[in-house]
Formats: sequence, structure tokens, C-alpha cells
Amino acid sequence: MTLLDIKNVNKHFGGLQAVSQVSFTVQKGMIKSVIGPNGAGKTTLFNLISGNLPLSSGQIFFDGKAIHGMQPYQIARRGISRTFQNIKLFPGLTALENVMIGRHTRSRAGFIAGMFHFPATRREEDAIREKSFELLQLLEISQYADVDASSLAFGQQRAVEFARALASEPTLLLLDEPAAGLNIYETAEIARLIMKIKSQGITVLLVEHDMSLVMDISDQIVVLSFGQKIAEDIPSSIQQNKEVIQIYLGDADA
Amino acid sequence: MKTRKYFPIFVLGLVLAGIQQLTQMTGTVYYLTQMTMTTYYALLIIGLCLVMGYAGQISLGHAGFFAIGGYTSAVLTTYDLTPLLNNGNSFISLLSASGLLVSRENLYGEALLSVNPWIACITAIIVTVVIAFLIGIPVLKLKGHYLAMATLGFGIIIFRVVLATEIFGEADGISDVPGFPLFPGIIVNGDFSNRVQNYYIACILLIIGFILLQNLIDSRVGRALRAIHGSEEAANAMGVNTSRYKLYTFVLSAVFAAIAGIFLTHYNGGIGPSEAGIMKSVRYVAIVAIGGMANLWGALIMAALLNFLSLRGMFGSYDDAVFGAILIIIMLFAPHGVLRLPLWHFFKKSSSNT
Repeated sequence: MTLLDIKNVNKHFGGLQAVSQVSFTVQKGMIKSVIGPNGAGKTTLFNLISGNLPLSSGQIFFDGKAIHGMQPYQIARRGISRTFQNIKLFPGLTALENVMIGRHTRSRAGFIAGMFHFPATRREEDAIREKSFELLQLLEISQYADVDASSLAFGQQRAVEFARALASEPTLLLLDEPAAGLNIYETAEIARLIMKIKSQGITVLLVEHDMSLVMDISDQIVVLSFGQKIAEDIPSSIQQNKEVIQIYLGDADA
Repeated sequence: MKTRKYFPIFVLGLVLAGIQQLTQMTGTVYYLTQMTMTTYYALLIIGLCLVMGYAGQISLGHAGFFAIGGYTSAVLTTYDLTPLLNNGNSFISLLSASGLLVSRENLYGEALLSVNPWIACITAIIVTVVIAFLIGIPVLKLKGHYLAMATLGFGIIIFRVVLATEIFGEADGISDVPGFPLFPGIIVNGDFSNRVQNYYIACILLIIGFILLQNLIDSRVGRALRAIHGSEEAANAMGVNTSRYKLYTFVLSAVFAAIAGIFLTHYNGGIGPSEAGIMKSVRYVAIVAIGGMANLWGALIMAALLNFLSLRGMFGSYDDAVFGAILIIIMLFAPHGVLRLPLWHFFKKSSSNT
């Protein structure tokens, strides 16, 4: 079943064509990766899906419904959750509170309920806290629950960001370069976490630079170069693809 | 857990009551007048603290909302509707028939027909909410310096409108504003016989406002506001409707300012254009900064201390200069507020280094 359908998506910044006529689909339950050299338009494509950037043209459908032109918070409410390449945790909030923000779309209390703390509001708050703590446990960082998120180690921050993204119980999780800035051990750890997330029935779309991570865990790979899709296949075929090898390693006669 | 949360507020109540007892014992009951005024200003300042410290948005126009509340209430409770009624204005007759108007005598013993203070109060709050929405929707799209400048512009407009409009009394302001009978026997006014009662009215109002804000900060909404402060982009990606949250917070704090303005106007028996002045807004921002921005208690304590000193004339003619200087010093040396000055950290560090 097609969960995400990207159709002829274009994005230009002034004269620069960052994403050009890109189309692909993501099937439910798979891990799909988008790879490409620096400046290939991967993160731009991601920001288009999550609504952080408006499309120049094209369409994006999620669960059969158009989501292009929506605000990020509206897209988040439909069940797409994301992480950021340069981790964007909320400073001054604990790891647990960061994850609790992720429950925002799954809870209701507004300004009035917040000011008066009705019994139902308190019950909801307890449920948010409980669920968020479970996610920290799932990602094996519950011992840092009460630590200011910005003082955690980089790898731990990434795990908190994963937990925060999962807290909204998304159907699709967008991971923007989850291995960026991590060493090989931490990368292996992230790979294990992503497989764990997949086993929970969550579809994952991954933008990544690190080949080892992508080849190990992806079901399918899309390759971008200068904003255009040049290949889409299973990992073993991508590894054999001449064009892909060329853009990553350069021309044989160069 | 609940009791622990409300314990500091209980202590605050005791301290406020203790202050009243102390003035009684030392024969300095006249201090209560400035303390009552201070308490109303503090109500505005904790509202501004929510906007600045927690949602991370600046407003240099809060004196404007204070003035909108105060002036609306003042005009409605002092404007004589008798001529309109006599002219057969059907709307006024309807108001009169439904008991929404009150008749009283003015300073010169003439009969005066004006709007019931409760109706005036509610109208003033509604007017404030409408204006806060109208200003907030376009202005809160701006960030940082631009937002500061736009809210400053709003403050200047309110100040100038008040100063130039006849119905607002121009440079004289509005005087002879009647008391605000909250309940039978409980009235907000400046009579000496009501001084103690009014001090407690102000304190109770402040404590209620404080509890509501503290609850809000400690809720799903408060968390979302702190998230917006940290990273608007990430908060949005988590499903927080950031522009709506910023707007509602702005409007809520405007309502706090308006309520402060309404009560203080009834207490003082009048309001003048200086209440809408830019230096008032700057003062409120300075006090929130001294309190430590995202620190409701800090804002409350500093609001009480500095407003009281100012109202007692401790800063003399340099009043505004003092607040300007405080703002500069705080920004340079204690950006997290004086209550978090890490003096003892220095000692700890130096002792552990040796």
C-alpha cells in the first residue's frame, strides 16, 4: 500500500533548481532511503515533505490525501513526524519534557484547561508523562529523563530526538541524516534503533550520507544528484549502478 | 505534590498579610496605598512575563493595553448619558431599562447617569481582546527587533490617541471615576476607610492571576510555549500551531494588563496619559528582565520591589532614567536576572579549583 506519493516535485531558490521533477512512492512498513552527494537536494526534499518549505510545483500525497501547501503543524497532525539534521531539541527543557512536546498532537488541553488544571487535564498530563517515559525506555535513555536535553552527549540527543518524533505515534517517520556527526559505533547503534522503530510498524523515510547505514537497513533507495532522481532500486542493485558509482566516486577516466 | 506546588503561594499570602499587619502596628498604613498600586502593576508584569519569558516574544506596548482597559472603563463610568436618554436614544433607554446604567452624583452634586462598573469592566476587557487580536495577528509574524519596534509603534499610537482625544480628557486624563463595587460591601476605590480592604482585593486578584499563569506554564500549553521559545521550526514540526499559541498568549497578557488598568483606574479615581507612555512599557520590560525573563516569581518580586520604590518617590526625578539604567546593567551583567546571579557559584568554583 502506498503511504507517501511524491509527484513531479520541483523547488527552486531564485535561479537555483534544488529539486527537479522528483517522483517516487514510499510503501507502508518499509525503510526507504534518499541518498546523494552534498547539495543533491536531499534535505530540501525533506523540508518540502514536512511543509517547512513550500513547493514550487508538484504534488505530495500522504495516505491518499494531498498535503502540499499545508503548514508543518498540520502535516504533523496527519501522522508525519520528523527529526532534524542539526538536532533541534528544545533547550532548557529536560529530555522527558522534550519527548512530552512530541505528544502535542495526541493531547488536547488548551489555554483554559491549562490555567484551571481540571481533573481531566491532570489525567491527560499524567498520560503524556507516562507515554513519554516509555519512549525514553524504548530508546534506552530513560536514565537521562530529568537531565536538561541540551547538556546530553550528541548521540543521546539524537536518541531523545527520535523519542520525541515517535511520541506523536506517527505512521511515517522522516529521519534527516540521523548518522551525521556520529562515530561508527554510534552509527551502528542508530541503525539498530531504526530497525527497532520499523518493527513497531512505522514506515521510515531516511535521508542519509553514510553509505554503510543506508545499505544495511534500507528496503529501497532513491539516488538524487543535482536535484534530479537518477536511480531508484533495492540496495544491492544501487551498489552496482554505474551512474551512482560515478557520482559518488567520480569518472573512471577523471 | 499539589501541596508543594501551592506552598510558596500560601507563603506569599502570609507575607502580604504580614505586611498589612506591620503597617498597622508601625502606624504606616499610608504605605498600603502604594502597595495596592504596586500589586496592580505586578498583575500586568506577570502577564508580560508569560509573553516574554516563556513564549519568547517581546512587547513594548503593554502600557497601551493597560491604558485601553483603564480608559475604556473610565469613559464608560464617567460619561454622562442623561442628554442621550432625554433625546430618546433607543439604545440608551434599553440599557437604562435593563438596569445596566447607574445614576449617581458627580463632584459638584449634579446627577449623572453612566454605565454600571461591571458592564464597563467587561466591555473594557472585550475591547482589549479585540484590539490585541487586531494588533497581534499582523505583528506577531515579526521576530526580534522588528516585533519590538512594531509593538513600540502600537504603544506610541495609543499614547498619542489618548493625548489628543477629547473624550479621553487629552493631557488631563479622566478624573472622578467612581468606585467599582465588586460585591455588596466590597468596593474598589481610594477612600481612606477602604484602604486595607482594597489592599486585600488587589492581593487576592494578583494571587489568582499568579496561580492561573503558573498552572498554564505547567501544562501542555506552557510546554508548547517554551518549545516555541527554543525553536519555532521544531515546535511547528511537532504539531504546535505556533502562530496561534503566540497570538493567544499575547491576548491573554493584554487581558492581564487591561484588568490591572481597570482596577487601578477605579482605585485611583482616574487615569492620565502617563499610564500609556512609552517609558511605562519600557519599565515593565525592564522589570521582567530583572526578574529573570522565564521566571514568574522573579517578575513578581521585582515588580513589587521596584514599583513600590518608584511610587514612594525613591528615584526622584530620575525615575525613568533609573529603569533605563537597570535595563542596561541587567542585559550586560545578569541576563538571567538578579535572582539567578551565580554569586555562590563563584565561591564554589574557586574553592573546587584550589
